[in-house]
Amino acid sequence: MSEQEIHDWIGKQVASNDIVLFMKGSKQFPQCGFSSQVVQILEYLDVDYSDVNVLDDMSVREGVKAYSNWPTVPQLYIKGEFVGGCDIIREMFQDGELQQLLTSKDIKNNAQTMPA
Amino acid sequence: MSVEQVIREKLNEAFTPERLEVVNESDKHAGHAGSPGTGTSHFRVTIVSEKFDGLSRIDRHRLVNEALAQELAGPVHALAMKTLSPGE
Repeated sequence: MSEQEIHDWIGKQVASNDIVLFMKGSKQFPQCGFSSQVVQILEYLDVDYSDVNVLDDMSVREGVKAYSNWPTVPQLYIKGEFVGGCDIIREMFQDGELQQLLTSKDIKNNAQTMPA
Repeated sequence: MSVEQVIREKLNEAFTPERLEVVNESDKHAGHAGSPGTGTSHFRVTIVSEKFDGLSRIDRHRLVNEALAQELAGPVHALAMKTLSPGE
């Protein structure tokens, strides 16, 4: 695929899924600690999400970095909006902001903060 | 200069931080998928700087990513970061 086709393919994933996680490995088998942390948070919140394994395709791995203007993976999109990488997602989750964002976007979630 | 020193220098220059910590965590990730095993692939930084005042998390991280764009396009695969303004 050309760069433009990759860009369009990524755009389609982002537009057609409420939540998309670009990650290393799959949600069943994350292959990076940072991707794994985001999976654990999404699983904890019990939301439906789509995962894209960037290790399957080098052009997607590079393409998503260009698409988001963000140099690292994982990357989380919610309703078409780039939310952040692992650190941002974890901080938002711990502060309850991620739960608020999901709720404000009408995405069903188990909105509880992390147990103390 | 080591990658760690370059990171430190660039962050000092970009943010004149009140506090700066740069930790090389590459050893912790040696051998996992996509890890190059170079010893300079994974870093954790903590930056406390007035430059972050009033900025969202994403905008803060984007500033750091920009300051280290060359390194992130090269040897550095992962950059964990904590970005705080002095009052936080």
